[in-house]
Amino acid sequence: MSSSEQRTAYFIPEPSPWPIVGMVSLLTTLIGAVLAMNGVVVGKFIVMGGLLLFAYLLFGWFRDVISENLADRYNQQVDRSFRMGMFWFIASEVFFFLAFFGALFYIRNIALPWLGGDGYLGATREILYSQFDPAWPSHGPGALGGDFKAMGAWGIPAINTLLLLSSGATITWAHWGLKQDNQKTLVRGLMATIGLGLLFVGFQAYEYIHAYGELNLTLQSGVYGSTFYMLTGFHGFHVTMGAIMLMAILGRSMKGHFSTHNHFAFEAVAWYWHFVDVVWLGLFIFVYWF
Amino acid sequence: MSYTNALHDEAHHHDNPTGWRRWLFSTNHKDIGTLYLLFALTMLFMGGASAMLIRAELFQPGIQLLDPDLYNNLVTNHALLMIFGAVMPAAAGLANWMIPLMIGAPDMALPRMNNLSFWILPAAGTMLILSFVVPFFPGGGSQINTGWTLYPPLSVQVGMSMDFLIFAIHLLGISSVLASINIIVTLLNMRAPGMTLMQMPIFCWTWLVTAFLLILVVPVLAGGVTMLLFDRHFGTSFFDAAGGGDPVLFQHLFWFFGHPEVYVLLLPSIGVLSHIIPTFARKPLFGYKSMVGAMIAVGTIGMVVWAHHQYTIGMSLGAVSYFMIGTIIISIPVGLMIFNFIATMWRGAMTFETPMLFAVAIILMFTFGGLSGVMLAVVPADMQYHDSMFVVAHFHYVLMPGAVFGLFAGVFYWLPKWTGHMYDERLGKIFFWINVTGFNLTFFPQHFLGLAGMPRRIIDYNVMFTEFNAISSVGAMIFGFSHLLLLYIIIKTIRGGEPATNRVWEGAKGLEWEVASPPPFHTWETPPLIRQEQTS
Repeated sequence: MSSSEQRTAYFIPEPSPWPIVGMVSLLTTLIGAVLAMNGVVVGKFIVMGGLLLFAYLLFGWFRDVISENLADRYNQQVDRSFRMGMFWFIASEVFFFLAFFGALFYIRNIALPWLGGDGYLGATREILYSQFDPAWPSHGPGALGGDFKAMGAWGIPAINTLLLLSSGATITWAHWGLKQDNQKTLVRGLMATIGLGLLFVGFQAYEYIHAYGELNLTLQSGVYGSTFYMLTGFHGFHVTMGAIMLMAILGRSMKGHFSTHNHFAFEAVAWYWHFVDVVWLGLFIFVYWF
Repeated sequence: MSYTNALHDEAHHHDNPTGWRRWLFSTNHKDIGTLYLLFALTMLFMGGASAMLIRAELFQPGIQLLDPDLYNNLVTNHALLMIFGAVMPAAAGLANWMIPLMIGAPDMALPRMNNLSFWILPAAGTMLILSFVVPFFPGGGSQINTGWTLYPPLSVQVGMSMDFLIFAIHLLGISSVLASINIIVTLLNMRAPGMTLMQMPIFCWTWLVTAFLLILVVPVLAGGVTMLLFDRHFGTSFFDAAGGGDPVLFQHLFWFFGHPEVYVLLLPSIGVLSHIIPTFARKPLFGYKSMVGAMIAVGTIGMVVWAHHQYTIGMSLGAVSYFMIGTIIISIPVGLMIFNFIATMWRGAMTFETPMLFAVAIILMFTFGGLSGVMLAVVPADMQYHDSMFVVAHFHYVLMPGAVFGLFAGVFYWLPKWTGHMYDERLGKIFFWINVTGFNLTFFPQHFLGLAGMPRRIIDYNVMFTEFNAISSVGAMIFGFSHLLLLYIIIKTIRGGEPATNRVWEGAKGLEWEVASPPPFHTWETPPLIRQEQTS
């Protein structure tokens, strides 16, 4: 019977305006983005309005969730629901990145050999672009974007690998502190993680400037530029999001929101951070190294 | 606890939300399920209207009503409205309504997110409609003439409507992923104490597999259309051979999503059938475990056979052989499901109410569509059938019975539970016969057209195809207009009719039949005790 008593206490939230706000903000942002991309000047401002509304939504929705949590309205089962939800959200993110890794694999192992005369397209190559060398890194038979140099693995990317791996260690240190009920360790660990994350983003920005300025490696540099910037760009965006999430968690840690038994939000962000970490390892190996 | 009628909120309201707030701010699985179903019904009529325009144009050879770009835009819209607007939301509506009732849960696990996943859909619908409307205005660019597959390079050249469409797909993807997360968490975490996974009603199992598929494949589509967006506006060359990319890459990304999507559409309806056939045959479902195994097998193998949509692109012999064999292997678990249904009916005390009529029709016609699918899976044969009307006939025979009729059957089966009124059985049967006759009249002749060489997605055709096209168009009009009768039946049932008992159908088993018809606003706030016979 005890489990059924627990069931009756399952928390069903009151009607909430936030989903509608979410819908309006997404619609506004995306309509603005379409207009902006097609040269309508007002589009930019619509996008900004939509994003502001989206930020308001995040504040409002999470404020509700946090106050419900602090009012002790969630039981263990609700906590489990949140955990599972976060887990499957990260799973869907993994598959989003898989699309881009898959594209990289396909281009390098199938598309470029085809362009180089493999398979039934051999004659096409002889006639149209016989001087084309399909070796990676490539910007295609059209040499789009002009000559460029590929990004090496053992400069900034290696440092960034070290930074992110250390940040994975520091967030575990923070988690350990939280489990010991040691707020000082928790806050220090989070601060170190955020610092390492921001340093990573900074180095990444420097790397882009270097690539554009000195290597002539741009988003338009054929398929190498496309895959390089899309993979590292989406990853960098996720690191930035993760860092912002960590900052929110840091603020909540300082206010003493977490206890040794009730800290789902911390763990969710920590999982997210580890996920971003693992994606980076994939990037380092397949985009920079090989 | 207050008991409020789920569909007529003017009847009682105590502490429950009323008016527009009830629907916009809802955290109630029944209300959100109703919203999903109403949205799906609206989209069904919009998608149907575009299909009827297509068939009206094809009634005769020559170009009469539409111009070629508009025709292709309607083909695109018909597919997107039906798949993303009608079938998926309707299946999600059934899931929202029935899963908490079936597993004895007070609501979905994440009710606010549930509302978000619904309300993103009207936003996506708005973007989709904008993509259709914008080209009619000055400066709106050209129409989307690519079909729903959005293959580059054509999709890179289309005007700004394509951007609306790409973002609509992003929104639909967000909605599906959030809904799937919610369904998985609900099924794994909210079952009444004592209900094991292998005691879950089979509809819940089908949705569990469906939700996994969606979480894994929808983000890949989102990635693919994001690349398309960057190729269009920011100078990347994912799909541009001049820069070392490959248009075929998009096809792989699209069909990695697109093929599992077929099972996303099919499985919830298989789940509905697995409830209807035992109810009206008055026998437990034959082979529960093998059903579960079969749908897991379908989902898993279905993830790795996508390139059978692309036999003609020039893959290596090894690759096409692999995709051919994988595809044909899928017919084994699907066949197992069909045989389970037949074995359930074997020596049952059957009656043929409207849901059961649909169920029998589905078994016949879906099997037919599955068999033409085996023909298409064979590489050398497909080289002849590819991109012909035979393909159109095949996938309509799979998707109409396999997905849409299953949803109709589910609506007739559960409508008394939702509204508290029995629908008009006589009208339901009339609807069934008109609907199924119209469907077969529309699509059966298209097999012959395809085998005789009529290509799909082209506004005009050779005069030798006239007769079959005329028959098909007449059928399409019958088929299309028959849905007005469906609308009438639904409205009539909501407004009144013979009161439904809790169990509604004599042979119905399961927790959802133990609550009142219509169920109170909140159900299973105290979880039920699970007895073995409830779950069979």
